[in-house]
Amino acid sequence: MTDIFAKYAGLKTAAAGLTAHSPRNPFGVVIDHPVSATVGLIEGRETLLFGTNNYLGLSQSTAAAEAAIGTVRREGVGTTGSRIANGTYALHRKLETRLAEVLRRRHCMIFSTGYQANLGAISALAGKDDVLLLDADSHASIYDASRLGYAQVIRFRHNDPADLDRRLSRLKDHQGAKLIVVEGIYSMTGNVAPMREFAEVKKKHGAYLLADEAHSFGVLGENGRGLAERDGCEDDVDFVVGTFSKSLGTVGGYCASNLDGLELIRLCSRPYMFTASLPPEIIAATLAALDEMIARPELRTQLYANAKQLNHGLHALGLKTSAHVSPVVAVTLDNVEQALAFWNRLLELGVYVNLSLPPATPDEHPLLRCSVMAVHTPEEIDRALGIFAQVKKDVLG
Amino acid sequence: MADTVASIASMIIDKLLANPKVPRDITGESKIVEDLAFDSLAVMNFVMEIEDELDVSVPLDKLADIRTINDLAACLASLKAGTAS
Repeated sequence: MTDIFAKYAGLKTAAAGLTAHSPRNPFGVVIDHPVSATVGLIEGRETLLFGTNNYLGLSQSTAAAEAAIGTVRREGVGTTGSRIANGTYALHRKLETRLAEVLRRRHCMIFSTGYQANLGAISALAGKDDVLLLDADSHASIYDASRLGYAQVIRFRHNDPADLDRRLSRLKDHQGAKLIVVEGIYSMTGNVAPMREFAEVKKKHGAYLLADEAHSFGVLGENGRGLAERDGCEDDVDFVVGTFSKSLGTVGGYCASNLDGLELIRLCSRPYMFTASLPPEIIAATLAALDEMIARPELRTQLYANAKQLNHGLHALGLKTSAHVSPVVAVTLDNVEQALAFWNRLLELGVYVNLSLPPATPDEHPLLRCSVMAVHTPEEIDRALGIFAQVKKDVLG
Repeated sequence: MADTVASIASMIIDKLLANPKVPRDITGESKIVEDLAFDSLAVMNFVMEIEDELDVSVPLDKLADIRTINDLAACLASLKAGTAS
């Protein structure tokens, strides 16, 4: 009998190598429980959380918790069904209508996760005779969407509208629809897309543009609608995808558009149709978090100030970080051994960040991925920076 | 000048040898993942460099069938000639 796991021999060796040089499995961290939005209990220690994507701190929103509790008592804990069968409650429709209002789009459909939102929207939008054009640094959900659908898939250089332009020019005789997919803020590096320039390229070639604002919704734009709002090009973005599991602190995803055809996607998107819908208490919590996000624009102002403090602080320590200020800050290290030592020491001294290893990083370098929250206090950020300084001395010398 | 499979394979090998980590004894029959120790991302990034050189775009689904340098050269040659299915 062929060993079904034989193909993972290389992975097994790599994983064993990682744990051999690490006192703990970097991909098996357990947060015993959150103490607050910014502090979690890890290995019995109160640890500063700097790797949660909980940009506005709303995972701990009292209003969202109360809404969830009330709903769970009234409607139960789950829907046990798909959106196209018994899984659409009035609350699901209410959230879609509310999100459409907030995003200023005519149509909105919600998915059970952000991953499924990309998977479901992209795989259904780009069909057999169409072409999908993906930014090279796209999230796994976008690459997986391209494999679930039947469109031809072409990758263009990260954040490079000129490269996209060249590739679209090569497709000038192609008769099918062309769908460009970019992200607002890239999750690993914090890089921000040149959205307005991408929009110009899409108009020049008669393509459609889908923006995944997972990390920029609630973060960028005067009203938190994301990068397209900030850059004043929302009308040129045909589809906007996002998630509830970052700024809104819950779970789920959405796709919104002004194009009436989006409603047809409900009838052909497999990740939308063949999975249970979100439980009602999650929908209620998401609605409450959305209201809180809108009612408290000061959270975005504070988030930016905190991002600035963390970015500048890490930069001042001489660590390799991007020059631009973003709530996602990646510290690039030279090799995996160094990154592993740095990450472990940070955790032991009370700071949790994400460890990202190649090939999940854009190049061959490992990253310590930090994300900042609006609810981090300046003192917490200073404390984290002090620990970074100590670890840098211990590990890098 | 028409780009033949042989000329494209030769260009790919020259480009690969510019990387000091690539074994010196590669040929058209070298397997890109196994012999060159490229992971999936490295393969996609390398193909991007070749695409610019030849002014073609290789759809990702075509990459799945490519194992050797000659396979890649044949794919690029057919795309360049506009005969790719």
